[in-house]
Amino acid sequence: MVTLEDLKTPKKNTWCPGCGNFGILMAFKKALIQLGLERDQVVLVSGIGCHGKMVNYVNVNGFHGIHGRTLPLATGIKLANPNLTVVCFAGDADCYDEGWGHFSHAIRRNIDITLIVHNNMVLGLTTGQTTATSQKGFRTKSTPFGSIPPALNPIAHALVSNGTFVGRGYSGDMMSLTGLMAEAIKHRGFAFLDVFQPCVTFNYLNTYDWFKERVYKLEEEGHDYTDRQKAIKKSFQWKDHIPVGVFYKEERSTYLDGLPHVKNQALTKIPMEKVAITSLLESMI
Amino acid sequence: MFSVIVNKISMMIGGEAGAGITRSGFLFAKACLRGGLHVFGTNDYQSLIRGGHNFYIARADSEEIYSQADTIDLLLALNKETILLHKDELVQNGGIVYDEEESTLTEGELGRKDLKLFTVPLTATVKELGGTPIMRNTVALGATTALLTYDLDILNEVMRDTFKPKVAEINVKAAKKGYDYAREKYASEFDYRLERTTPNGKRKIFLTGSEAVGLGCIRAGCKFYAGYPMTPATPVHHFLAQLDREYGMIVMQAESEIAAINMTAGASFAGVRAMTATSGGGFCLMSEGLGMTGMTETPIVVMVAQRHGPSTGLPTYSCQADLRFTIHASQGEFPRIVIAPGDVEECFYKTMDAFNLAEKFQIPAILLTDKYLAESHGAPEFFDQDRIGINRGRLMTNDEYADEEEYKRHKLTEDGVSPRAVPGMKGAIVRTNADEHNESGYTTEDSELTTRMADKRFKKLDTLVRNLESYETTKLYGSDEAEVTIIGWGSTKGPIREAMKLLGKERQNVNYLQIMYLNPFPAAKVRRILKSTTKTIVVENNKTSQLSSLIREHLLTAVDHKILKYDGRPFNPGELSRRIMEVL
Repeated sequence: MVTLEDLKTPKKNTWCPGCGNFGILMAFKKALIQLGLERDQVVLVSGIGCHGKMVNYVNVNGFHGIHGRTLPLATGIKLANPNLTVVCFAGDADCYDEGWGHFSHAIRRNIDITLIVHNNMVLGLTTGQTTATSQKGFRTKSTPFGSIPPALNPIAHALVSNGTFVGRGYSGDMMSLTGLMAEAIKHRGFAFLDVFQPCVTFNYLNTYDWFKERVYKLEEEGHDYTDRQKAIKKSFQWKDHIPVGVFYKEERSTYLDGLPHVKNQALTKIPMEKVAITSLLESMI
Repeated sequence: MFSVIVNKISMMIGGEAGAGITRSGFLFAKACLRGGLHVFGTNDYQSLIRGGHNFYIARADSEEIYSQADTIDLLLALNKETILLHKDELVQNGGIVYDEEESTLTEGELGRKDLKLFTVPLTATVKELGGTPIMRNTVALGATTALLTYDLDILNEVMRDTFKPKVAEINVKAAKKGYDYAREKYASEFDYRLERTTPNGKRKIFLTGSEAVGLGCIRAGCKFYAGYPMTPATPVHHFLAQLDREYGMIVMQAESEIAAINMTAGASFAGVRAMTATSGGGFCLMSEGLGMTGMTETPIVVMVAQRHGPSTGLPTYSCQADLRFTIHASQGEFPRIVIAPGDVEECFYKTMDAFNLAEKFQIPAILLTDKYLAESHGAPEFFDQDRIGINRGRLMTNDEYADEEEYKRHKLTEDGVSPRAVPGMKGAIVRTNADEHNESGYTTEDSELTTRMADKRFKKLDTLVRNLESYETTKLYGSDEAEVTIIGWGSTKGPIREAMKLLGKERQNVNYLQIMYLNPFPAAKVRRILKSTTKTIVVENNKTSQLSSLIREHLLTAVDHKILKYDGRPFNPGELSRRIMEVL
């Protein structure tokens, strides 16, 4: 059984003290332990941004890819070997700005991977600019007079895109986040978890206090996560009352279910030497 | 002209898009191939689905041929526009098959009196049979078979092999109608004949460059393909998508080329051979992902089928202007391989080479083709499936990692190539990183390590260059003592070889150097070959002669003459031979 010690890496952590990423990192490690997953059977994919360093801090297989492209990368890995547990970490700019196009398609395909978005509503590693989830009016170096458009609503988007697992966590509540992550990873299909993660250096607005005053758990209100319409309604709650937890969950056939010839078989195990093409060639005579 | 020309024909079929032009040309050429002739077929179409003007040229000959000819002997015109557009490409006494009811021609419109007009009631025949309008082609093919006094059974056999039984039978009927009509009305009127000959024993296949790439991909054991539709790369996707169930592959349509290359990289990282294909515009989008595969040492194959540019350019026409682009695409420096097959046969073998080299050196391999090569039909010998084996380099295929030392994906080795484990292998943690990284794949910003890792990646290039010495990176056609050398790469091969036939007595003094591996550039080989040459002529389908610049870069010499064409169309042999003669 894997332990916290096993999951440690020699890399020194370079996130700012108090960064919301720490909660996500610890929750992920604990979720792996809780699920009893072996390190060598898990692949962590990350993009570019502060979140991307996850690859350096968890001792599992990892691919630190390029900005915005974690989902297609994870898609390729999972399709080639469905036996792997593939967890994709992305930032809000990474997933909702640069990689927004992939987001919709990954949801639609329902491949059995997990997407965890470190959503701090600001670009951190590039020293503070607006992102797709920055609040309207949010002032940054790139928007000194305030962000003009309203923020995207990734939860609502995932719900209307037919997502089979749509949830939101808060890194300030590591215990609940661990449970949510474990549930997301266990989900058979594409699991999407948006995680509020305060950026203590560049986000002056969405702070720990800001979240603490607003965040409430869906389960405490007895939310029915099998009802998509209700979930959509909940996804529009913002301002003073912001829900976290599982918005919606259902079992549905995955992309691989649509490929009966490889269904859950690793492509790596399909013989690739001496593939017979004689009949194909003969059909071309 | 009174003599009869046997087994030498250039036939064009033309009409609106959606009229089945390419399919009909294919049927005709294949019927010629089955009769023992050498054949070549190429299409020309516009970026639209209905209307406009499409044509296909099928050429058959008792001698070896490598491209289309400059002229047409017989034109199958499915509409009047085809006649008006191509009448001047017809040879003296050439023939036109058309439907008089649809294409009423006045002598003035035709502008020449030598042509033989073979009117055939295409539409009426189809109506009589209760067939669809697309079958007009088949009636015309039947009539053509009669005009050429060829064997209708061969055409029927090809149709039965191509179509589903029901469709085949009605087409066989349509062909027979056309055949009977023309035989009765125009017996022996046409100067061109086709006769079944005995092939020289070698089995031949008829396929496009795209299909050959697809076959190479399957035979190379590729199990994952992701792509986004873009002419002229899409036929590879279509070909593989038909077969993925049979061959245990996943062939998927990605949401963009960016997604496609990242999916491909992901699949390769997970341990399977993976490929994507696109054209220039899509390759622009793939550039960042390509660099990522270079940095993470993830082997992938990318086929880039060039089309005319810049930007959208002529979307359905050919060009060779992406040579420099594929060699340099993406930021930073990393080794890559760029291979340009020159004909359909090379498309197969070079695809297999590309997969082997990508995996042996854990680098991206680019197969550079173009619309002309990707969509033209050639008839190579039945492929030798065992000529190129599978070499996966340092891929570790055990289920378990048994070494005492912790596994390091980017371990520093003498030749730069690291042992490659894949995720899922027990006991190995496989970590890679698009950021600069240490041997274990952890991010680094250390100056010394940064230098060492760049050196590691480029050691692979040194090893690759040495390795390629045993590969056929170039081919020389003609005498190695010739004073004049024509140099080309990619699809100009066919027209160049045809043009050389037309050089008359000058032919002895001219040879042709085909460079297949463009990066790393086979400088030593090219230098050796050019040593005995006093005049070099580069032939390319681009404006700036990118191959000349590569030769200058690697050999420090300027080529003497450049023959360039960049209108989206391939060179015709006659046109090319004239331009060669001008500079001889």
